[in-house]
Amino acid sequence: MKNPIPHDLFPGALEMMILRVLKRQPMHGYALVQHLKRTSQDLLAIEEGSLYPALQRLLQEEFVKAEWGVSATNRRVRNYKLTAAGAKHLECEISNFERMLEGITRVLAPEES
Amino acid sequence: MNWLKQLFSRRRLYRELSEEIQAHLDEKTEELVAGGMSREQARHAARREFGNVGLAEENARGVWRWPTIEDFLLDVRYGLRTLRHNPVFAVVGLLTIAIGIGANAAVFSVVNSVLLKPLNYPKAEELVALHQIAPGAEGLADFENGLLLSPSMYFTYAEQNRTFQSLGVWVTGTANVTGLAEPEQVRAVDVSDGVLQALGTPPEVGRWFSAADQVPGGPETAILSYGYWQRRFGGDRSVIGRNILVDSHPREIVGVMPKGFQFVDADFDLVRPLAFNRGKLNLAGFGFHGIARLKPGATIAEADADMTRMLPIWMDSWSNGPGQNSHIYEQWKITPMIRPLKQEVIGNVGELLWVVMGTIGLVMLVACANVANLMLVRVEARQQELAVRAALGAAWTRIVRGLLAESVILGLMGGVSGVGLAYAGVRFLVAAGPANLPRLNEISIDARTLGFTLVLSLLSGLLFGLLPALKYAGPRTCATLRSAGRTISASRERHRARNLLVVGQVAMALVLLVSAGLMIRTFAALRTVEPGFMDAQHLQLMRISIPDSLIQEPERVTRTQNAILDKLAAIPGVKSAAFVSEMPMEGFDSAWDEIYAEDKVYADNTIPPLRLYKYVSPGLFQTAGTRLVAGREMTWSEIYGRQPVVMVSENLARELWGTPSMTIGKHLREFRNLPWNEVIGVVQDVHEIGVQDQVPEIVYWPPLLQSPFVPVVRTVTFVIRSQRAGTESFLSEVRAAVWSVNANLPLASVRTMQEVYGKSLARTSFTLVMLGIAGAMALTLGIIGIYGVISYSVSQRQREIGIRLALGAQGGDVLQMILRQGAKLALLGVAIGICAAFGLTRLMRNLLFGVSAYDPMTFAAVAVLLVLVALLACFIPARRAMLVDPIVALRYE
Repeated sequence: MKNPIPHDLFPGALEMMILRVLKRQPMHGYALVQHLKRTSQDLLAIEEGSLYPALQRLLQEEFVKAEWGVSATNRRVRNYKLTAAGAKHLECEISNFERMLEGITRVLAPEES
Repeated sequence: MNWLKQLFSRRRLYRELSEEIQAHLDEKTEELVAGGMSREQARHAARREFGNVGLAEENARGVWRWPTIEDFLLDVRYGLRTLRHNPVFAVVGLLTIAIGIGANAAVFSVVNSVLLKPLNYPKAEELVALHQIAPGAEGLADFENGLLLSPSMYFTYAEQNRTFQSLGVWVTGTANVTGLAEPEQVRAVDVSDGVLQALGTPPEVGRWFSAADQVPGGPETAILSYGYWQRRFGGDRSVIGRNILVDSHPREIVGVMPKGFQFVDADFDLVRPLAFNRGKLNLAGFGFHGIARLKPGATIAEADADMTRMLPIWMDSWSNGPGQNSHIYEQWKITPMIRPLKQEVIGNVGELLWVVMGTIGLVMLVACANVANLMLVRVEARQQELAVRAALGAAWTRIVRGLLAESVILGLMGGVSGVGLAYAGVRFLVAAGPANLPRLNEISIDARTLGFTLVLSLLSGLLFGLLPALKYAGPRTCATLRSAGRTISASRERHRARNLLVVGQVAMALVLLVSAGLMIRTFAALRTVEPGFMDAQHLQLMRISIPDSLIQEPERVTRTQNAILDKLAAIPGVKSAAFVSEMPMEGFDSAWDEIYAEDKVYADNTIPPLRLYKYVSPGLFQTAGTRLVAGREMTWSEIYGRQPVVMVSENLARELWGTPSMTIGKHLREFRNLPWNEVIGVVQDVHEIGVQDQVPEIVYWPPLLQSPFVPVVRTVTFVIRSQRAGTESFLSEVRAAVWSVNANLPLASVRTMQEVYGKSLARTSFTLVMLGIAGAMALTLGIIGIYGVISYSVSQRQREIGIRLALGAQGGDVLQMILRQGAKLALLGVAIGICAAFGLTRLMRNLLFGVSAYDPMTFAAVAVLLVLVALLACFIPARRAMLVDPIVALRYE
């Protein structure tokens, strides 16, 4: 019941994607969601609300830093920025993910007889 | 330190989070509005896209929390809040639990201090009492003290044993201390070498006795108790080396024992070395308690075997004089029965304490049942709230936890107040406890008691919380929501748990009341036993000892005692006065010895049965109110004339010569070679040891004898019959009278016979009081329970009763219906209780006297009482039911 992850994402996937987006440039929450939705072309059913628990987790682990600032549309928003630890964690996660993906792909691949 | 920072910045974190989420929603709304939506639609759409705002925020916050602890704290807060909102429930529940836990903690502290804690000596588990029995020694065998050790036995055991580290003998007595302030009779313990070494407690100041102190003619020394040292010397450490006058002999103080040090079960002021004269010892003289410390690893069985091995050595090494067969004691079948010292100290009180603990535990169960009932009512009232919470997705474990938190908090709060009550309770127990309760001064509330209380609080909290929690928090939401509507009367199902609790309460109350009833019957039976004296509250007792250092010559001792009697008799309001070596039940070590009766044939090499020896002044039996069955009392002229007269108890007369009247004029003697004594009187049997104990056969000797062993009795109890007994003015006149004869004589054990008698009944009255309290508590709680259940069911059935009345039922019918409901519960409880009581009262058989553990009168009386009281408790709600106004009850239909 706690920390629900949309059922089509595995635990940690959302965090990994957030880190990846933030690696390119710092962003605030709303922009982050829009970016995720846009780039995934809505393939992933991301509930907007679920972003915030994920962001808090990353804050707690100190993979991201938050700073209040003013957005392009002139709103007071909290901008998130990747930290060095976050960057390292992201690399690690991505390589893990790729290994996992490869494993899954191999299993799913049509058998070559 | 990160987590600490988090803890303090958490409020800011949460605020920022809320702000951020709100900003997110605003931005989305603005965007949608810009895209052409109406503001209202846009806001809804933004929310829809976002998902459950509350949940997301809750989960985001959750990142910063320690879930287990904080959920727990939340449960606690919830529990406290619900309790605060129901002050009546909270107070009633709290009181019930506090009293229950307080009583349990108090009794447990006694059980713990007396039975469980090791004795207050280093490595106390190695200490043993050298108890031995002599089933072949008639007369002695019936009484539980067994055969004490003789000095020669001590030397044999101490020198020949293979299983003891150290071993010694000791005996309690009194001594007169003069030269300090007023003459004072103090409690003295005389010890042989090895006793202090066995006990192993080092002295507070100074040293133990050395081997040199134990040599006759050596230095005369003494050791003080801590209390006496404080009382008489103000705790002055320079007291070592000073002399005090003990029985008019100077003794050098060589040590002081530490605070709380006791001699097995004896309080004392002064310890003296026994300093046996080896050369003059014979086999006999069985008057000393043996104590020893086992070698590490040695068992009691090995020690028993070791002592059995040494008995023939003892008989070979010593004799009772030239020409005497020293193996005569084989006939006594002396058998070592070494016991742990702790058992010796605790004695027979263990059983009593466990019975009390058990009953108090039952009361706790009854109290828990009551609180569980209260909880059930409350939870029932909150059913809809719980059902709604469940329907909204709260996990049922979470709901159970909330309910349990409430009950556990109640239990713990009850425990805390209970500890307070227990402190008071322990005071009460120590005050009301049997005077012979061992280790009384060690009773305290220690860590173990507090731990017990904590566990008990938690367990009881869980116990009375679990039932309602399981019953109502389970996954049965729909049914609950439906039946909570007004139109349905309470289902049978809903009352079952509450009814069961009430039945259980009644059953337990019955068990407790039956036990209390049996104790009342026991007490009554004991009161009807003729103890062998009359009108005890008007008998003043005091003990006076005349040491030979003060008055050497035997006859002058008796004349002094006689002079004291004359002075006492002259005090206004004194009917008569007399003295005796000890009054019944005073508890001083008594003398047992054999007698030879005229016309009886005694085989050589056998020892005749042992009889209790007492020494009496003229007029003792008349003063004490002991009935003279035949013959007459002694006179002073017979005593001073050394006339060979003696008196016996009725049971001894019947045993030896058939009837009391036949006995007058017959003769008996102490040893074969001593002159005969004529029996001039027979008195009724006296309960020497205790009202519940057997009556011994007694020989009453004059105080001044021709016997080479006891020429005169120096320590006697003066008995004064007066209406003024026990009053301070009377006592000061008594003191003045004694000191007008000899100013050096201290008065000890000043009390009335009633106090002595009361102490011998203390065990029974203590049990009676405890069971009475337990029974009364259980009865009250049980009645409250029944009342609560019936009254609640009446309030639930208002509509039904209204309908019945509207359809023509008479008020009496309704009354009957409700009463029948209550009676059914009470009768069921009584039936179960009777079965349980049959099983349980057996456990207290040894505490009973003159009544069977299955006494039908007690059972019947208690059962009837319980049913009647239960009906009375139902009557109030039943009357209310009868007066239900159908119009009002049905108005809302």
